[in-house]
Amino acid sequence: MPNMSLTKNPMPSQDPKVRAHNFNEVATGYTEEMALDEALRCLNCKNMPCSNGCPVNIHIPEFITKIKEGDFEGAYQVINKTSSLPAVCGRVCPQESQCESKCVRGIKGEPVGIGRLERFVADWHNAHSEEAPEVAPSNGHRVAIVGSGPSGLTCAGDLAKKGYKVTVFEALHTAGGVLVYGIPEFRLPKKIVQKEVDNLIAMGVDVETNIVIGKTLTIDELFDQGFEAVFVGSGAGLPNFMGIPGEAYKGVYSANEFLTRSNLMKAYLDDPVTPIMKGGNVAVVGGGNVAMDAARTALRLGAEHVYIVYRRSLEELPARREEVEHAMEEGVDFRLLNNPVEIIGYHNPDDRRDPKNGCVTGMKCIRMELGEPDEKGRRRPIPVEGSEFILDVDTVVIAIGTSPNPLIKSTTKGLEVNKKGGIVVEEGTGKTSRDGVYAGGDAVTGAATVISAMGAGKAAAKAIDEYLSEK
Amino acid sequence: MYKIVAKKELNPTVTMMDIEAPLVAAKAEPGQFIILRVDADGERIPLTIAHYDRKAGTVRIIFQIVGATTEKLNHKQVGEYIEDFVGPLGVATHLEGLKNVCIVGGGVGCAIALPIAQKLHEMGCKVTSIIGFRTKDLLILEDEFRAVSDDFYVMTDDGSYGREGNVCVPLNEMFAAGKTFDEVITIGPLIMMKFVVAATKPTGIPCTVSMNPIMIDGTGMCGGCRLTLNRDGEKITKFACVDGPDFNGYEVDFDEAMSRGSMYFAFERHAHEEACNLFKKEVK
Repeated sequence: MPNMSLTKNPMPSQDPKVRAHNFNEVATGYTEEMALDEALRCLNCKNMPCSNGCPVNIHIPEFITKIKEGDFEGAYQVINKTSSLPAVCGRVCPQESQCESKCVRGIKGEPVGIGRLERFVADWHNAHSEEAPEVAPSNGHRVAIVGSGPSGLTCAGDLAKKGYKVTVFEALHTAGGVLVYGIPEFRLPKKIVQKEVDNLIAMGVDVETNIVIGKTLTIDELFDQGFEAVFVGSGAGLPNFMGIPGEAYKGVYSANEFLTRSNLMKAYLDDPVTPIMKGGNVAVVGGGNVAMDAARTALRLGAEHVYIVYRRSLEELPARREEVEHAMEEGVDFRLLNNPVEIIGYHNPDDRRDPKNGCVTGMKCIRMELGEPDEKGRRRPIPVEGSEFILDVDTVVIAIGTSPNPLIKSTTKGLEVNKKGGIVVEEGTGKTSRDGVYAGGDAVTGAATVISAMGAGKAAAKAIDEYLSEK
Repeated sequence: MYKIVAKKELNPTVTMMDIEAPLVAAKAEPGQFIILRVDADGERIPLTIAHYDRKAGTVRIIFQIVGATTEKLNHKQVGEYIEDFVGPLGVATHLEGLKNVCIVGGGVGCAIALPIAQKLHEMGCKVTSIIGFRTKDLLILEDEFRAVSDDFYVMTDDGSYGREGNVCVPLNEMFAAGKTFDEVITIGPLIMMKFVVAATKPTGIPCTVSMNPIMIDGTGMCGGCRLTLNRDGEKITKFACVDGPDFNGYEVDFDEAMSRGSMYFAFERHAHEEACNLFKKEVK
């Protein structure tokens, strides 16, 4: 008998008051009982609308059926057929706008907690399975992957499963890309990412860190070295700034820098080797998931008061609802319909050597109201004349997006990029203007989600396989 | 892991190391930099490439011991390894077509200026070098500069070696005497570069500066190394890691760069003291 409860089994989580001050994972995951109970809510629809909502087409009803049978490892194997990073996706995918948005149970009540179940299965596997992953027999073809973020890891995993000899090149000292430098520990523990990378290595994938493609080696040199195809998943690039006065003051960070210092360089430790400005009041500008990550990181680093400053209203906030709710519960102060116009810094007129000179003391904002919808249908924010006020802050984190990394396009002849610097690809295959070169993820789209990057990595792996099989 | 194959103390606060890094050595050009981590869990720091040997596959770095990381690096010996070494990063200094260049180096910045002087000399360009230090004990690379320079000046602030005064003294004298160059290239402390730019400006000679701001990834991701250029009355943001480290000196907002460079002074000083105390304890 299906479980006809209208609501999902709630996700066990740390108390907001406690978790706002530690970097441990917020959601602690379903128990076996909860997973079984939630799995019973699935009606096992024959036409699998949920799977169609998944960028990597996980056979969702099939893995949930395995859970119902208590065969958790079997459930993992179903997911593993199409997704290389289930423990990651179960945590960071926006399921509410993908698989779960298509769930029949969502018509009346809440959809099945597919993401929570996926996470449960992946964690169960990681905790219980000692078995080394299968190594496919080699087909003799070599493929290079540029970047070890979600698109690169997915592409590498799919190709390795087909017998390709894959080498992943990573510019930083640790593999994982945005999963390591961007998404905080409390949302995605780094040991989970490491486990996924180790898994790929066990499948025969080589991971070379400290190699910047476009600098240390170029794409042409990769072909010279005998790679027959290259996938570029070099990710997000330079952060955007607002172009308002004061953005160079001490205490103004891009979200990329703030999160990299905390996540990759472990500035959140008690005795860090990489410094970060913390304490006092912090304003995070922007309303996306990255802004939520930055705000919640600032809280955990010890800020007294953390603001999200966003120029539209709650309704237009692009972050996942769950992240917004978590941030609110933890005490992040949402200053909606406010737009920064200037960052204000300290100047001691009597002592130009005063170390406080040039440090942020506040941010001048103007109140906004919503006007007519723009071409995308979002109501345009309009400044309310004369409504400027100053928010007392010591640190400002700017989380208003990034533009694609410039290193590859500047060193690869014949690689077409669009006006914004994104690599131009064929829809559905990731094929670029250069023969044998494929691309996906933020390097193509600009800032987007982990799962869409994974979907692009997956599509490219399929296209690369077809390309090299025909060759 | 990257092996240290040679090490030499150039003065009590400046050390030279050759690191085995064949891929970096194969591509390195004057003006580019690397990023290293001394050990796992260490900090990432950028250092400009001082020399490279493509055949031996080694890259030379010259660093001043200013903080915890450079202190730790300085404790590493020949035959030992450092954790990470990535590069070559940044855009190489544009040298094509130059026939007559004045190189102005200050302090440890001379280590970066030297490969540029050497390359220009190799190209048959006339090289005038001015190198400056606070005092005689801090002097580095004098013979190396002399070997590739047609005109050569050593300055010390206190007059303990060479001529007394800063690097702008001979520069201004040359300009006053009507000497001209295709370009002035200056590398050193921000305040020195600011003054070299100011001294050169009236002559209209192009003046290139090498910026060394705080960086983390060094690959165009974090934006920590941003600086402001004033171009045709407009302020534009550039990133030293991918757009630089060389910039048109007339455009750089030096005051802002100096302010941003001081962001973590207190933290760095404290971390350095702690690192020193740790090493002292080990010695005991």
